[in-house]
Amino acid sequence: MRETKYWFWHIVCGFVMLFLLGLHMIIMHLDEILGVFKFAGERVLAFENVASRSKMIGFACIYVLLVGAALYHGLYGLRSMLLELSMIKPLHRLINIGFWILGVILFIVGAAGSIIFIIRFG
Amino acid sequence: MKREIIFKILRYNPDNNKKPFYQEYKVEIREGMTVLDALHKIRETDDPTISMRFSCRMGVCGSCAMLINGKPQLACSTQVLEVSKKMIILAPLPNYDIIKDLIPDLSVLFEKHLSMKPYIKRDDIKDKEDPKEEFYQSPEDLVKYLQFAYCIKCGICLAACPTVATDRDYPGPMPLTQAYRYCVDTRDNGYKDRKDVLGDSHGVFRCHYAGECSNACPKGVDPAKAIQFMKRMLVFDYLKLLKTKKTAQCLGKPKDAKRMEGIPAPPEFTIK
Repeated sequence: MRETKYWFWHIVCGFVMLFLLGLHMIIMHLDEILGVFKFAGERVLAFENVASRSKMIGFACIYVLLVGAALYHGLYGLRSMLLELSMIKPLHRLINIGFWILGVILFIVGAAGSIIFIIRFG
Repeated sequence: MKREIIFKILRYNPDNNKKPFYQEYKVEIREGMTVLDALHKIRETDDPTISMRFSCRMGVCGSCAMLINGKPQLACSTQVLEVSKKMIILAPLPNYDIIKDLIPDLSVLFEKHLSMKPYIKRDDIKDKEDPKEEFYQSPEDLVKYLQFAYCIKCGICLAACPTVATDRDYPGPMPLTQAYRYCVDTRDNGYKDRKDVLGDSHGVFRCHYAGECSNACPKGVDPAKAIQFMKRMLVFDYLKLLKTKKTAQCLGKPKDAKRMEGIPAPPEFTIK
């Protein structure tokens, strides 16, 4: 039943990414036209604008969630590919543990910036 | 109309050959001749040593499955002229070991099939082992699994599956379809015994939904559909949303039923 759980969250993360990545693309690439997310200054990718968005708890949540969803979705896909290589059984366990550790480390690295910023300046 | 076609057949005898090799035969083909007919002709006129499996010659037994011009098909229901008018290349089904020439070793297929417990499993052993009456199943209940019950276990779907090609532990389309076929059968309540194998790291979730199994299936079983349904069932179970189906019970003859007007009574039993 464990694989069902992993796969279900893989699909959920896919849908979450569809929404959040869309939002990310709109902020980064379409906002020059839309002008909705320029809270400080004219250029959407300027440090002042990035900083002003990062101070908002909503944006911080979006980015932490996006990092988590993208990592889980990507690592699950990579793990699936490795499992299909007909490796010996003990290696499967090693792959599972390895991917969890890798995922947690990458999530901490990815989310740290947002979390630290919001704690210090939010 | 007759036409001469070259048959390139993969030959391999593990006792004599280190590697498989192709051998060519020229065969005069009539319209309507199947690949199996052509193989019989080659064996009768050119080379009686070609080994192959066949039985019913009408697409029912599934014995003559082989790779015909790169596509896994039944030799008995594939007409030569529909495949090619020049050359036919024949090889045993891929994703299996070769026993000899065109004979694949299907023991892996049957082992995987058996691991899915492809039979009616019930909690009430007494009803199953010594049924006094028939289990009731409505036509609607039958339709839920009927398509998947048409499987003839020819092994073509496993030969077409890209996941089976890389992951030797993946059960493959046929065993997973049969697991689903029994899980939705109202006479069965063995889902709880099958779900661990199905939800294993090499179970249904390794299916990429390439759909090649359904394309190749000679009986229109659509294993890819059954696998997606199986995934849904497992996910619903994980979310505690799976409706527990009512297991079919034995149903005797209706006691107070009356014969409709105009319908004659059955004849008397000849043996009392």
